[in-house]
Amino acid sequence: MSAVFEQIFQVGFLAAIIRIATPLAFATLGEMFSERAGVLNLGIEGIMLLSAMTGFTAASLSGSLWLGILAAVLTGMLMGALHALFTVALGLSQHVCGIGVTLFSSGLAYFLYRLIFGQQSVPPSIKGFQTLPIPLLSDIPVLGPAVFNQFALVYMAIIAIPLAAFVLYRTPWGLSVRMVGENPRAADSAGVSVIATRFQAVILGGALMGLAGAFLTMAQFNAFTFGVVSGRGWVAIALVVFGRWDPWRSAGAALLFAFVDALQLRMQASGLGHIPYEAFLMLPFIFTIVAMAVMSRNAVAPSALLKPFRREER
Amino acid sequence: MSAPLIEMRGITKSFGAVKANEGVDLSVAPGEILGLLGENGAGKTTLMNVLFGAYAPDAGEILVQGKPVWITSSADALAAGIGMVHQHFHLAPRLTVLENLLIGIPGKSGRIDRGGGLARLSDISRQHGLTLDPNLPVSALSVGEQQRLEIVKALFRGARLLILDEPTAVLAPSEVDGLFSALRSMAAQGLGIIFISHKLNEVRALTHRCTVLRHGRVAGRVDHPANTTSAAMAQLMCGHEIVPPARGPSTPGVAVLTLDGISTSRHSGTPLRYVSLSVRAGEILGIAGVSGNGQKALAEVISGTRVPDAGRMTIAGKAVMRFSPREVQALGLGRIPEDRMTTGLVTNLPLADSMVLPRIGTAAFSRKGLLKPDAIRAFAEEQIKAYDIRCPGPMTRAGALSGGNLQKALLARELAFDPKVLIVSQPTRGLDIGAARFIHEKFLDMRAKGCGIIVIGEDLEELLVLCDRIAVMYEGRIAGTLDSTDATIARLGLLMTGAEGHS
Ligand SMILES: Nc1ncnc2c1ncn2[C@@H]1O[C@H](COP(=O)(O)OP(=O)(O)OP(=O)(O)O)[C@@H](O)[C@H]1O
Ligand SMILES: [Mg+2]
Repeated sequence: MSAVFEQIFQVGFLAAIIRIATPLAFATLGEMFSERAGVLNLGIEGIMLLSAMTGFTAASLSGSLWLGILAAVLTGMLMGALHALFTVALGLSQHVCGIGVTLFSSGLAYFLYRLIFGQQSVPPSIKGFQTLPIPLLSDIPVLGPAVFNQFALVYMAIIAIPLAAFVLYRTPWGLSVRMVGENPRAADSAGVSVIATRFQAVILGGALMGLAGAFLTMAQFNAFTFGVVSGRGWVAIALVVFGRWDPWRSAGAALLFAFVDALQLRMQASGLGHIPYEAFLMLPFIFTIVAMAVMSRNAVAPSALLKPFRREER
Repeated sequence: MSAPLIEMRGITKSFGAVKANEGVDLSVAPGEILGLLGENGAGKTTLMNVLFGAYAPDAGEILVQGKPVWITSSADALAAGIGMVHQHFHLAPRLTVLENLLIGIPGKSGRIDRGGGLARLSDISRQHGLTLDPNLPVSALSVGEQQRLEIVKALFRGARLLILDEPTAVLAPSEVDGLFSALRSMAAQGLGIIFISHKLNEVRALTHRCTVLRHGRVAGRVDHPANTTSAAMAQLMCGHEIVPPARGPSTPGVAVLTLDGISTSRHSGTPLRYVSLSVRAGEILGIAGVSGNGQKALAEVISGTRVPDAGRMTIAGKAVMRFSPREVQALGLGRIPEDRMTTGLVTNLPLADSMVLPRIGTAAFSRKGLLKPDAIRAFAEEQIKAYDIRCPGPMTRAGALSGGNLQKALLARELAFDPKVLIVSQPTRGLDIGAARFIHEKFLDMRAKGCGIIVIGEDLEELLVLCDRIAVMYEGRIAGTLDSTDATIARLGLLMTGAEGHS
């Protein structure tokens, strides 16, 4: 076991944690914005998959990775708007619509992928993002190469965390988001449009989910497979609770999950071969369940989460 | 008086088959405090929600300083200088006072303008004596402070007309004076104020003019409320005279409820300390006291929702062992809780279901684990008729009823099963005089039939009219008990402040 602990402070291991955490951080922040406004988005898993597909496709057809990112973000925003249309404008059940969005997006992703790329024995791949060392900072021992010699998307995630906290806590729009998630009637009577604010928050959330999907097919795997998201969206929903709907805590939760996941990968590789690898695969999920059970006992969800707002109802 | 600040003309608003407002005209001049009166369900709140842009009227127009305006949202109303303090506050409990104030206010260079907000807050506080700690979460404020925040919120947005929907229903008598002086100070600065209340002596003390609604229409106006009697205003409201009920001499029988040395731990609110009291059959016992002196714990212990740490309780001579709601109910206790919306009725269920809820398992309403919907419906229909509960029918969502009608529904539910003991908290809070009288009469009927009744209340005048004996609670103890013959507001007031510590 001591070999395992030695590995923790290796550059490669730290870099792996950061890479695993990046899509989770985007997804978690996206879900957090949506939920802070009072809208649970169970469409996240499907939105990530569809964005991963559209981003990959756009990049591979156009040859421009940034066009791919744009396509993925737009896809996320579009699906966010679809979810908001059902749950915010029409006030339908957030659970049902969210699952509907996931099923629809996944189906659409498979269908379009087949349509465009056909059936191939080896999935087509692209030349994804390359690491982009930041001058000076990447020279810091251990931390430098692990954190500051990464993909551009990783840096975006690192910036997104304080930015999300700033937007949520320091701007009038962020206050409106928190208010519509706590007491939409209070926001309404203060002259804030509940419908518009919720739409905006869910669409912003969708954009972040799109980035999460794009990272998977354009930086991590550089190819699209049907299992490319494999539950990361569901994990993000749990991490939001674990992070108590706060950007910093949610990002911390993503990092912690990534740590356990990276550890599990190392354990698979490091000669504990007599244990079936599936046992290791379970580790991060067991961690999530235990951590959630312990940490979220006194976490309080936004009061108006799951509640549609209709003005003339009392 | 000068030209009207706000004028509403021919406002009509229906909810399905219910005409909540029909051709209502109303106007307020700058510096004027207008009283808006009417029975429960007369349409006062609806009319104000139309003015504030929360409801769209079916017909009619609104003029601000003589110019017609089109108000379709609260944002429009705020822009037109109209602010509203709702019957149920519109605040986010987990956000701070300042955050609740700044919601919807544009920021400074993209950020929330905290500095500017604090400056305006202290300005408004100083002018009208409305002090608030900006950094506390709203959940830490008392009800009176939350109301203050709602008023400040409206002034903060530059309101020139302030609507207050039953602001005094939630206040202790001492807090009412503070509110009134703030309102007078605002009127002196030229603000218009619309004040809704069922307490006619308050209306006469505060307002310059009154508009009275009945069944959604204007029933009349009163030009000098101070020179009118409460009885005359009540008649205008209800369309007939209201006679105070006469409480005959009591002939109390055996004790139907006894508490002996009941103590509770500090769980939430003030704990009880060695409370002993008894209520006899055919007697009404009042529990007076400033709220927060243990009344809540007392009501909870008696209703079986809180287990005391020490002490014994009997109902109809039988000892209460487990202190569960089911047990005390089976022994013959009926209860009408203080908060009708959360612990009284299920607001999202049909009224009929709520009305049988405590007895849903009895043979009358279910058989072999299956409900008897027809019996439930028939029961509800009967009670709706007997108690004149105004609603479209037994299948209406309970939450859509007006406050007074909800209270009648709860009363009907408890009294239908002839309880031996009845415990009620704030029985007429938010009710119009007619409904309050009706409820008082029902209590007196029950008393005549030999029911023992405990009334927990803050309104001393009401307790004096109703009760045979009044016990005063102070810091979780019974500070003293007075017979109705010796009780005066002054003596009760002394006991309530803990000044006179014997009985
Ligand atoms: N949102 C709503 N949906 C359906 N019916 C409603 C709604 N709001 C009010 N009503 C009905 O309209 C009528 C007027 O209600 P309103 O709340 O305006 O009365 P009120 O005069 O304010 O009474 P109270 O003194 O009890 O507050 C009532 O019959 C009520 O049941
Ligand atoms: Mg009302």
